[in-house]
Amino acid sequence: MLLEVRNIDVFYGSIRALKNVSFNVEKGEIVSIIGANGAGKSTTLRAISGILRATSGSIIYNGHDITHTPPHLIARMGISQVPEGRGIFGNLTVQENLDVALSSVKDKKTAGPNQDKVFSLFPRLKERRRQISGTLSGGEQQMLAVGRGLMQNNPFMLLDEPSMGLSPVLTEEIFGVIVEINRLGKTVLLVEQNAFKALSIANRGYVLETGSVVLAGTAAELRDNPDVKKAYLGG
Amino acid sequence: MGQFLQQLINGIQIGSIYALIALGYTMVYGIVRLINFAHADIFMFGAYMGFFLAPVMAKVFGGAFIPTIIAAMLITGLLGFIMEKLAYRPLRYKSRLSALITALGVSIFLENFCAMDFVLFGVHFVFGPTYRKFPDLIVAKNIPIPGNLGLNISNVLLLDVGVSVILMVLLFWFVNKTLIGKQMRAVAFDKPTASLMGINIDVVISTAFIVGPALAGAGGILYGTTYGMLASPFLGIWPGLKAFIAAVLGGIGNIPGAVLGAYIMGISEAFATSVNSNLGYGMAFAILIGILLIRPSGLLGKFMPEKV
Ligand SMILES: Nc1ncnc2c1ncn2[C@@H]1O[C@H](COP(=O)(O)OP(=O)(O)OP(=O)(O)O)[C@@H](O)[C@H]1O
Ligand SMILES: [Mg+2]
Repeated sequence: MLLEVRNIDVFYGSIRALKNVSFNVEKGEIVSIIGANGAGKSTTLRAISGILRATSGSIIYNGHDITHTPPHLIARMGISQVPEGRGIFGNLTVQENLDVALSSVKDKKTAGPNQDKVFSLFPRLKERRRQISGTLSGGEQQMLAVGRGLMQNNPFMLLDEPSMGLSPVLTEEIFGVIVEINRLGKTVLLVEQNAFKALSIANRGYVLETGSVVLAGTAAELRDNPDVKKAYLGG
Repeated sequence: MGQFLQQLINGIQIGSIYALIALGYTMVYGIVRLINFAHADIFMFGAYMGFFLAPVMAKVFGGAFIPTIIAAMLITGLLGFIMEKLAYRPLRYKSRLSALITALGVSIFLENFCAMDFVLFGVHFVFGPTYRKFPDLIVAKNIPIPGNLGLNISNVLLLDVGVSVILMVLLFWFVNKTLIGKQMRAVAFDKPTASLMGINIDVVISTAFIVGPALAGAGGILYGTTYGMLASPFLGIWPGLKAFIAAVLGGIGNIPGAVLGAYIMGISEAFATSVNSNLGYGMAFAILIGILLIRPSGLLGKFMPEKV
């Protein structure tokens, strides 16, 4: 088991955003978390990457308890999060955004080949590497956010709505990239509004509802589940 | 014409010292959103380090200026590091007001601690409340200027401007080209995301609290060399205030802005002082009021939505 989340609770002040959430991810899988706005999907990813703290329960990654590990160490242990709403450093150039992503990488020799890979997936970033990233278009910023995550070359990627705000063509492209990196060996935990697309590339999925896991199953099971169909797949 | 040029040159000289101080205010603010009131006292501390170290350095190294300024920068850098660790870090996730009040407290502590007068066997263990003659780190000389404008340019002026420019170029290189510099800018923009990149936020904050104070320490040495005396451990207050206003003028948090603001401050002060010696102080506040009314974000600053 690569990741095991056991009964975690997460609070924002006195608001309990996650209640007893448990799930797991096997090495090599694409696992998708789906759910309505405000269900707690982003909160779940933030708890795994360490920028939020679970007040009870535990998170085990690769056999290590990371429940109380600070986020920069979690990144160095092998988990990359591509945050919701892109979270690029708008005051840095495209290239500098990629450079700081290397903060989690011990062996800086891998940086060159890594960057070539990112640029071959997103040629647009290469053209714009000297541009201040705050002036990129929304889609370009999204590519940068994903590219920056890939730059870390971590075995486990947490993707929070990577297709948000993208055109259908770019959405297709991003999903293609996810399938590709998974084929090359990365494990992916994917949060998506677009439940249909997410379940079409995932192996398994979990459904979150107001902070609790209400359903789990293979992607096919979830796609065929009438409740899921009604709530998240538009009938 | 000669008079005009002379004031301009004087302004650039004092502006260089303000710039070294202003950079520390702006770097720290950019990263932790704290106005480090004690920064002015770090500048003072650096100046007194010159007073104590110069004779030792002269004996050990022969020349005094370079070893003294380097030693002073190391010591003020260390002081900044300790200050952040002891006073500000415990309050990192508390209200901003607590940190601000703490900064005032640290400032008052440093000033008054240093003003005490412990003399044991004829050695001053703190700086003492009274006037001290600053050692001559270089022999002051006037540099003859061809033409008959009547310009008064000394080697101290060239030293002030030269050292400041060298340090600023080094800082720009550091912030723009090194990994830790890029990390600093990333942390200034968005801390949680920066930590996702594997950046250790504590290390970055400590770095800002070392580099800023080290620059202020260098400023203290230049100040002592320029004025030839240290009035008291309260001597940081005015230059610190002016440098702070310069940082606000340039857009606090913005590094080139701090330099621009400092030179504008130095030059306008020099002209105002040439009219009336008290006007120099008034100028600082006139600039502060002006910028707050017209462009509160500063000349090069942007209003950014606050990240919480
Ligand atoms: N910083 C915060 N402070 C207070 N409450 C928060 C904060 N962030 C999220 N919440 C609340 O926690 C709950 C879960 O939010 P979360 O962002 O995890 O939802 P989500 O499933 O990612 O939704 P979306 O699909 O809209 O991104 C919501 O009710 C939200 O209002
Ligand atoms: Mg979300």
